[in-house]
Amino acid sequence: MADVPAIHIAQLTKHYGSVQALAGIDLDIARGEFFGLLGPNGAGKTTLISALAGLVRADGGTLEVMGHNVAADPRNARLKLGVVPQELVFDPFFTVREVLKFQSGYYGIRGNDDWIEEILSRLGLLAKADTNMRTLSGGMKRRVLVAQALVHRPPVIVLDEPTAGVDVELRQGLWEFVKQLNADGHTVVLTTHYLEEAEDLCGRIAMMKAGRVVALDTTANLLSRFADLEQVFMEVMRHA
Amino acid sequence: MPDGDALPGAFRASAFIGFRTLFYKEVLRFWKVGVQTVAAPVLNALLFLLIFSQVLDRRVTVYGDVPYTAFLVPGLIMMSLLQNAFANSSSSLIQSKITGNIIFILLPPLSCRVFYGAYVLAAVLRGLLVGLGVWAMSMFFVDVPLAQPLWALAFAILGGALLATFGVIAGIWAEKFDQLAAFQNFLIMPLTMLSGVFYSIHSLPPLWQKISHANPFFFMIDGFRYGFFGQSDTSPWLSLAVIGGSFAALAALAMLMLKKGYKLRG
Ligand SMILES: Nc1ncnc2c1ncn2[C@@H]1O[C@H](COP(=O)(O)OP(=O)(O)OP(=O)(O)O)[C@@H](O)[C@H]1O
Ligand SMILES: [Mg+2]
Repeated sequence: MADVPAIHIAQLTKHYGSVQALAGIDLDIARGEFFGLLGPNGAGKTTLISALAGLVRADGGTLEVMGHNVAADPRNARLKLGVVPQELVFDPFFTVREVLKFQSGYYGIRGNDDWIEEILSRLGLLAKADTNMRTLSGGMKRRVLVAQALVHRPPVIVLDEPTAGVDVELRQGLWEFVKQLNADGHTVVLTTHYLEEAEDLCGRIAMMKAGRVVALDTTANLLSRFADLEQVFMEVMRHA
Repeated sequence: MPDGDALPGAFRASAFIGFRTLFYKEVLRFWKVGVQTVAAPVLNALLFLLIFSQVLDRRVTVYGDVPYTAFLVPGLIMMSLLQNAFANSSSSLIQSKITGNIIFILLPPLSCRVFYGAYVLAAVLRGLLVGLGVWAMSMFFVDVPLAQPLWALAFAILGGALLATFGVIAGIWAEKFDQLAAFQNFLIMPLTMLSGVFYSIHSLPPLWQKISHANPFFFMIDGFRYGFFGQSDTSPWLSLAVIGGSFAALAALAMLMLKKGYKLRG
């Protein structure tokens, strides 16, 4: 069991009309990793995450979360996964606390109030807990998205650009929180366009372009020949 | 290293809690705007009742000696119930799809049965509340017997479930609000209006009587009315069979759409 990777992706393909969004992805992410998924706009990062979460159906290939096949055993695969979506979506009918209680219930969890309060506090949402989602600022809505992804304590957490439009303070707080989750054993996968973030946080990085993984290595190895990740990124993209 | 189940404070999932939560969320969604989702439709039906009874009551009786206004009440109750059951599931789904928050329901391990059951049950509840409201308010204006309460209840629940299921299908299929409005304006409204809400089909020419029998709404209204007067245009058993069969067919279609992830999982 211990060597079953947190995420296993093999030969994954997906197209939208004439766009080949994923053109054969192979990727294994070990348990406990802090993994970065980088790439320019349209590279296929969100499509990859959506396929992993069962939000879109792959054309071909294999996807597993903690050893559970996403297509054959969606129930367990989804239980093990928490996703912070890139789009700032919210339900305008409810308050922050209601939203978190519902999300917890959808995962079949009873009596989760202590954990919900802790997430609220860790994400600086306590003061807004009984505020309607509609009236929150963009950054606050983003925090709620993070909270919703964590409500069932998933062993694998995927964050699709969680720091877009978020102020410095939350960014610091969020990374402290996510680092601690990672230290506790959660696997973390992160996409971001802020390369310094990836450089600071991620142990290993995959770079995608046009639906393919064009570079995959430890952050240390990637940095060995260049001054910073931005230069690595430019170089990889030029040659890919 | 955590494997979900081994995490401290890890939880055992339960489909029932998932169902209960989604059902409660759907109920809260319409209840929070109850003036619009329950009170307004009740008022609408009452306006129909007042206007039609004012115009027709003294002149028309149905089934021999049933005053027109009394005849009208069950039809109005059922019409409101059906329209609101459809409106609830369909508008909730299309809203979630358009705003994107449907992902909060697609990400968790909710089964198709739980998804379907929660949306339909909440929609039926709204339909029943509206129906009860119309019934209660109508008591101030007219005496309506309730000869066979179980028949009335059976048709209310089954008809509500049928329209709620239809709402799930329409909500999944539609991509814009106007497509949903088209369903409402060009299908649900005409079919209910022409189903005998406002008249007994025996008062129609023979051709129109035949055509009415192809309209499932006719059987819902007629069966429901049987619950009140103990008489109807057609046998309540036939109506029950037609509606039960239609419900089973639509429920199977809705489940199939959900299983395939049709328009929900790209
Ligand atoms: N629902 C969709 N319908 C059609 N094309 C899509 C859809 N979703 C994504 N695409 C296309 O698939 C490709 C990959 O998109 P994706 O969103 O996965 O990129 P990304 O790496 O997440 O980009 P970004 O950094 O901008 O978020 C793009 O060409 C995009 O236009
Ligand atoms: Mg993206």
